[in-house]
Amino acid sequence: MTATTINQTHDLSQAQLQAAFYDLDEHDHPEGGSTMLGFWMYLMSDCLIFAMLFAAYGVLGGSLAAGPGPKDLFELPLVALNTAMLLFSSITYGFAMLAMEKGSKGATQIWLLVTAVFGIAFLSIELYEFYHLIHEGATPMRSGFLTAFFSLVGTHGLHVTFGLVWLFTLVVQVGRKGLIPANKRRLMCLSLFWHFLDVIWIGVFTFVYLMGML
Amino acid sequence: MAHADTHNAAAHPHPDAHAEDTMEHGGHGSLREYVVGFLLSVVLTAIPFWLVMSGAIPDPRTTALVIMAFAIVQIVVHMIYFLHMNTKSENGWTVMALIFTIVIVVIALSGSLWVMYHLNHNMMPMSHEMSSMG
Repeated sequence: MTATTINQTHDLSQAQLQAAFYDLDEHDHPEGGSTMLGFWMYLMSDCLIFAMLFAAYGVLGGSLAAGPGPKDLFELPLVALNTAMLLFSSITYGFAMLAMEKGSKGATQIWLLVTAVFGIAFLSIELYEFYHLIHEGATPMRSGFLTAFFSLVGTHGLHVTFGLVWLFTLVVQVGRKGLIPANKRRLMCLSLFWHFLDVIWIGVFTFVYLMGML
Repeated sequence: MAHADTHNAAAHPHPDAHAEDTMEHGGHGSLREYVVGFLLSVVLTAIPFWLVMSGAIPDPRTTALVIMAFAIVQIVVHMIYFLHMNTKSENGWTVMALIFTIVIVVIALSGSLWVMYHLNHNMMPMSHEMSSMG
């Protein structure tokens, strides 16, 4: 009697163990079910890259090596224009997402292209600024401050560049395959990426440009 | 285990239910949300630029603190209105990842600045002596 009871409890715990550890009850994992969380993890690690670049700028920002400083180099009206471009591109991407939600393919593509125009404007202004700085002799090799500046702002610019490549790819993808679930998922990942870059830019214009001019 | 069972029961009738559910939480907003976020961002960007360009606050240290406060508020606005962060999406894992990241960022930034400031501070008299010696 006692033996069977022990045996039963033993069997039961064994069954529980198996269920708990091996999850024999297979349930399906729909395609893309974990993509958004995974992409969020990527963004958080990207955030750490920028944090390190900000830290480097914070440490090296004052090391001018008798070269030009922020006040000699930065032009705030240009930075304000740049900030406006990125902010406009953020809301137009939002409109693309709303068009996607409504299921209108054409409107989604048009808003994506409008976003691309603002993104390209942002990059052009930034490249103009870099060209201007290098022309004046303020190259990344000039001082610790300029190395950190070009690393931080350049990395952000590279992210925007790859975001644009991704954006054009999706315009073509949506054109060919329509607003299928896979494309919606991709558009949502790019939405996170694009808005995330705008968040990083808030840090850049505040800590690098505005505080550099004080 | 209980979680798996309920999940199974819920998922079986519609195999794609989970995927749609994730998408629903992943990042949609309304037009109103985007417009409010945009207008708030414009205001929160314009004020710091104006403060620095006009020099409205004479003390640079105060100005720096004020514009940093504006930056933090604007980052939160972007998180809520553009990235559609909330504590419920992905069972709270996005928020957990965000909190973890913020902790690491704060430690790395404050640690770097603190250590390097003291390093510079302690190295200063040395280089001073060296230059006066030479």
